[in-house]
Amino acid sequence: MIDIILDHYNYWIVIFLMMSGFYTVISQGNLIKKIAGINIFQTSVFLLYISIGYVDDGTPPIIAEGYTTYANPLPHVLILTAIVVGVSTTALGLALVIRIKEAYSTIEEDEIHDKDKSL
Amino acid sequence: MNDQQLLLLAVMLPFGGAIGIMLCHRWPNLREAVTLVTATGVCVVVFNIYMLFSDGVELTAEIARPLPGLSLGLEVEPLGMSFALVASVLWLITSIYSIGYMRGRDKQNQTRFYALFAIAIGSTLGAAFAGNLLSLFLFYEILTVSTYPLVAHAGTNKARRGARTYVGILLASSIMLLLFAILITYTAAGSLDFQRGGILAGKLDPASAGLLYALFVFGTAKAAVMPFHQWLPAAMVAPTPVSALLHAVAVVKVGVFTILKITVYIFGTDFITRSGASDWLIWFAGGTILLASFIAMTRDNLKLRLAYSTISQLSYIVLGALLATNISLVGSALHISMHAFAKITLFFAAGAILVATNKSDVSDMGGLGRAMPITFGAFLIGSLSIIGLPPFGGMWSKWYLALGTVETGQWLLLSVLLLSSLLNIAYLLPVPVRGFFGKTSDNASYSGIKEAPPSCLAAMIITSLACVLLFLYPDPFYELALNAFGGN
Amino acid sequence: MIEQNLSLLLVIIPLLSAPVTAILPNARSAWLLTLAVTWTCLILAGWQITLVTDGSIISYELGGWSPPWGIEYRIDAMNAFVALIVSGIAAITLPYALLSVEKEIPLEKIPLFYSAFQLCLVGLLGIAQTGDVFNLFVFLEISSLSSYALIAMGEQRRSLTAAYQYLIMGTIGATFLLIGIGLIYAETGTLNMLDLNQRLQPILDHRTVHTGFAFIVVGIALKLALFPLHLWLPNAYKYAPSVISVFLAATATKVAVYIMLRMVFGVFSDEFVRKTPTDHMFLLLGAFGVIMASATAIYQRDVKRLFAYSSIAQVSYIVLGIGLSSVLGVTAALVHVFNHALMKGALFMACGALVYRLGSSRFENLNGVGRQMPWTCVAIFIASLSLIGIPGTAGFISKWYFVLAALEQESWPIALVILLGSLLAVGYVWKIVELLFLRPASDSTATVGEAPAALLVPMWLLVIANIYFGFNTELTVNVADTAARMLGLGMNHE
Repeated sequence: MIDIILDHYNYWIVIFLMMSGFYTVISQGNLIKKIAGINIFQTSVFLLYISIGYVDDGTPPIIAEGYTTYANPLPHVLILTAIVVGVSTTALGLALVIRIKEAYSTIEEDEIHDKDKSL
Repeated sequence: MNDQQLLLLAVMLPFGGAIGIMLCHRWPNLREAVTLVTATGVCVVVFNIYMLFSDGVELTAEIARPLPGLSLGLEVEPLGMSFALVASVLWLITSIYSIGYMRGRDKQNQTRFYALFAIAIGSTLGAAFAGNLLSLFLFYEILTVSTYPLVAHAGTNKARRGARTYVGILLASSIMLLLFAILITYTAAGSLDFQRGGILAGKLDPASAGLLYALFVFGTAKAAVMPFHQWLPAAMVAPTPVSALLHAVAVVKVGVFTILKITVYIFGTDFITRSGASDWLIWFAGGTILLASFIAMTRDNLKLRLAYSTISQLSYIVLGALLATNISLVGSALHISMHAFAKITLFFAAGAILVATNKSDVSDMGGLGRAMPITFGAFLIGSLSIIGLPPFGGMWSKWYLALGTVETGQWLLLSVLLLSSLLNIAYLLPVPVRGFFGKTSDNASYSGIKEAPPSCLAAMIITSLACVLLFLYPDPFYELALNAFGGN
Repeated sequence: MIEQNLSLLLVIIPLLSAPVTAILPNARSAWLLTLAVTWTCLILAGWQITLVTDGSIISYELGGWSPPWGIEYRIDAMNAFVALIVSGIAAITLPYALLSVEKEIPLEKIPLFYSAFQLCLVGLLGIAQTGDVFNLFVFLEISSLSSYALIAMGEQRRSLTAAYQYLIMGTIGATFLLIGIGLIYAETGTLNMLDLNQRLQPILDHRTVHTGFAFIVVGIALKLALFPLHLWLPNAYKYAPSVISVFLAATATKVAVYIMLRMVFGVFSDEFVRKTPTDHMFLLLGAFGVIMASATAIYQRDVKRLFAYSSIAQVSYIVLGIGLSSVLGVTAALVHVFNHALMKGALFMACGALVYRLGSSRFENLNGVGRQMPWTCVAIFIASLSLIGIPGTAGFISKWYFVLAALEQESWPIALVILLGSLLAVGYVWKIVELLFLRPASDSTATVGEAPAALLVPMWLLVIANIYFGFNTELTVNVADTAARMLGLGMNHE
């Protein structure tokens, strides 16, 4: 039992990060914190992909003499793209938060809601 | 022009007329001229089709093929032919009438009125000539939608409510029940064509056939079988010409016509008799006949009273269809035409009274007949025809319907028919009686009251003469009906 | 030459012109370039569909790398159909956009607006074209990111919160999709859809595959606005600039439907769907969605919001079609994707015209406007009839196939739900009809003029298309049928 947990510790981290990020998005009323939650959530997926690429006794995927077993480079390449996507999402999200702050002079969800209602 | 195009023309002409009417909205006289010319044109075309048809020419036309294996098409068959004749003739007469009426009442939005009227007639003719169930359903729905603004014409809260009930019941029933039934039919039979002897025989077990038939009968809410009748009284907020042509002839008759077609060409009379699909439905029709008559007696508003009378009379036709014998079906088919001419006369008279005196309640009409003898005379003729007395056309259809009940041994239904005729007397005849012999209600003098505008009078006279003429010479309609049902 | 690279050109042209548009000096030139790009795309998409309607397949290897290592664009009837819808709606929206955008977007931002619009088009077309699941994710994010930005450009400040809400939900959805893709990649070692399909068949009962499937379906369901994950949609459609409401309502959820179909049947299989409770889940959620969303629509007090809820209901119909997992059901779903794009395109264009003249789409500002803006309001009327499914309109064809598909499997409750949805549609449509045509005009509506021709012409083209495709279904039904068969449906039970 302990072995299962220890052998797959990377996946446990993934799950922990995923859940904490997801929980932050859902529970937080502060728009910046929500973005932070999304970021943590996405980071867990990056880790998941990187873990997939791991090969037992593998070396970094560089062709050189004497090395025949190497890690799968494809997930890493994929996740680079996903990271770029994540960064742009964060940038756009933060830009929106700035605009919201200008328009509502607050970034708390409930206060924004009240202001919209009072109109 | 070949025969196919002639058939398409009959349906397309009113739609074209509607466009013409809209284009002429600045010039009322020209606009009315377009209406009359179109109506005359449609009459001529339909008569031509009739001539060709009685010579035995087969007329079909395909409009489109929207679904693989299913076309939208037109086809002339006897039942639709007689319905188309009635609708086109009465449109012409109603057009004459409505010009007098609408101008007399100085109504708003007259262009919209005439244009939609033409579209409604176009779809009625389309339904009459529909080549399969899908086409029939198409025109059925266009008719509902195009008559909605006509019902709501007055634009008042009351009109809006009435129109909402109208469109709500008609659309809801057609979507939930009729369309459902059509789809079940298509799934079971693999086709929606109208065929003598039906397409469903042997493809459904008796219990499902009964349910499906019920879906059809109630789904065709235009036939106003209780409990799906409430839209018809609600529609009485419409201007009188609309009530007259659409809610005594076109819309409601499309309903019963649909039921007739489904009975004969989708189920087949044999299949209905064998499967007992209609055994319990006939009591809905019978109940509607009596209940609606009773309600009619309690209604003081003349148009409402006529509406309930229509509901009752429609169920005669439905009953004839449900009995599914040749004689009862002939009676049904005849009743479509006979009732159309009689009921439109009654509505014309009701409208004429409204135009001339602004009165709509029966209790206010005492003595009015002495000031408006032609109007009340026409009303009397119409009433007698509806009751089914000679020498008026209504007698024939009731005769065949009664024969149908005798033939099937439904003595209880026979007594329903007879009792209902008595009730007809009780709610229709008081109007002319009160008009001619009653006292003026509040000592008001009718010296200022004249007859309705001449165009209204002309229309009334023509239709009441037609009631007499149809007694003496019902042959065209009779032969068409016999042609439709006598073959098997 | 062009024909060989057709599939790529469709994506590359807007991708290249988007940055160019962003640096153009003025609004008109940006519009002109975008117009040219969208119409080029439409022509290419039209060309593309003629090549695949007979059931053949175009396979394009990006950069000459052959699949499954390289990215493959694999065009069958369904891809081409979706690409045609997307580019068609984009092309018809552009003439409409000229005036509407100039009125709603600050002049200096218009080139950026059109640039983002083209990026959104790139994303949607890319999704339709690609045969690689990771590539699909990237295109999905391109379209999503640009649509967040576009929605945020709406006039009211609430468009910002709407865009933010959409961003959060959309990113969660996309990340779910990414997790799912990762898991099935871990199981199979491939990202090519066709290859995935073949390699997944022997291991369909692996738990990782099930988990991956669940993540993928939930992720797409968020994008699809499938009940109960629909909450982002009404505000996003309501507060977006009119042109974006038109474009997104007509295309974005449709493309999500495509992803769902491709993933569920193309990558997994209908056998998998039947083995798991997936089909029941789709049917249940679809049925709830149809009824709840339609019922909610009845209580809206704003036309744009009302039609947004109606969109959720219409998407739920499509999900019902998917849940039936038969050729007929998927045909119905695809036909409805097309027809619903026509309806909602026309409706949101009309809403945009109302906003253009009256500055609002709320009920209290629209009393009796039918007399002043007859063309706009009659367009709403006819498109709404199509929404209900009155015969003679495109909507009827969809309803017909949906019910037929349900009856084929004797799912009476589903057939009744579909009809009940139409009934509820009568309810909300008639609220609008009464509002526009029968209520007495208020001060603001009594003096307003008809919308300009530039808005009316595209709107009426779509209205006429609604009627045309109600009578002539050669394109829609045939292509949808071919596409449904090519998904490998109905192999076991025909």
